[in-house]
Amino acid sequence: MVDMKGTQLIHEYLRHNKKFPHVFCAGCGHGIVLGSLIRAIHGLGLSKDEVCVVAGIGCSGRLAAYVDFNTVHTTHGRALTFATGIKMAKPGMHVIVVMGDGDSMAIGGNHLIHAARRNIGVTALILNNNIYGMTGGQCSPTTPSGSFSMTTPMGQMEQSFDCVELCSAAKANYVARGTVFHVKKLDQMIMDGISNPGFGVVEILTPCHTQYGRKNKYRTPVDMYKMLKKDVIDIERYNKLSEAEKAKKTPSGVFVQKDEPGLEEKFYEMAANCQGGA
Amino acid sequence: MSVKRKGNSTVTIFPDWCKGCGICAAFCPAKVMELNDQGKAVVIREEECINCGFCELHCPDFAIMVRPKVDDEIPAVCRAVLEKAARRTDRPAASGGAAEKTGSGKKKE
Repeated sequence: MVDMKGTQLIHEYLRHNKKFPHVFCAGCGHGIVLGSLIRAIHGLGLSKDEVCVVAGIGCSGRLAAYVDFNTVHTTHGRALTFATGIKMAKPGMHVIVVMGDGDSMAIGGNHLIHAARRNIGVTALILNNNIYGMTGGQCSPTTPSGSFSMTTPMGQMEQSFDCVELCSAAKANYVARGTVFHVKKLDQMIMDGISNPGFGVVEILTPCHTQYGRKNKYRTPVDMYKMLKKDVIDIERYNKLSEAEKAKKTPSGVFVQKDEPGLEEKFYEMAANCQGGA
Repeated sequence: MSVKRKGNSTVTIFPDWCKGCGICAAFCPAKVMELNDQGKAVVIREEECINCGFCELHCPDFAIMVRPKVDDEIPAVCRAVLEKAARRTDRPAASGGAAEKTGSGKKKE
């Protein structure tokens, strides 16, 4: 298991008694994220028992069923609250939360900002596909203005959430944005997010061809990956662009990296102080 | 992974796991893969493979495995997936699919 790589390595971490291939549509980026998560955990040298994957509801919630770690499939929008409980009870466990954009920013938006404010030591992977994919393609808080969905057939009129700015403003310790096209960078971001203390957020742009792409002039799954390749650029390059060019591109990379202690570290320190003083 | 030369690697596709999204065929720099008439990826020019690893990293279904040619040993978990596919082809029901599955089965040898 030491010198394995690629698909051989991933097959080692899957639950082969589950039905394969997995349920995601052809060309869905969630499968790539699953592979990236496995490679990141293997790269850090963690054993299967040291990791707990908490998933919410939605397409992304299915990820937890396929991997052979400790896994919890929780209620809609509450994945972070379950993860908070697990982390406080077992601070040595590496808790990774997998959420979709609906799960993290719509119904669970409040939990996300408060988890970031508390700086609880879990890592949140936010799989952002700009749409509520599993329930029929309604527009979500991250659907870009002007794009089309099942519930906005004439174009979306509202402003959309920027996950990175939201989490940075709420004082998360580690905030990054990656895509499923730039996989090696994504591996590194997930590894950094897990090894960083405090709350880590990795927003992952992943295409939903079935619900989003078809209505927005991306005829095949490959067109969506070409869009990611062209439009998502590194933060250093993005900062050098003019305002007009910036509107067309999306920055990716590491936005915030701090070393503040997490809530569970502060709590156990306080508990030790109280017992010592009594 | 270190040596990126042509003709040093074997590309195996698990036909049961492939959903035919076409990412591997579209982005492969050496055009090793192609989609067949059933929409599944097949290896057509294995000798051109430069072992860049793009298809293996970007396959959402974990259906592609690129290995060095000298390394004949397929790991046990992966072999189980291939054997399952081979068992299905033995059944009399599949007619069109049988030809394609045995076709890609040959390539692993």
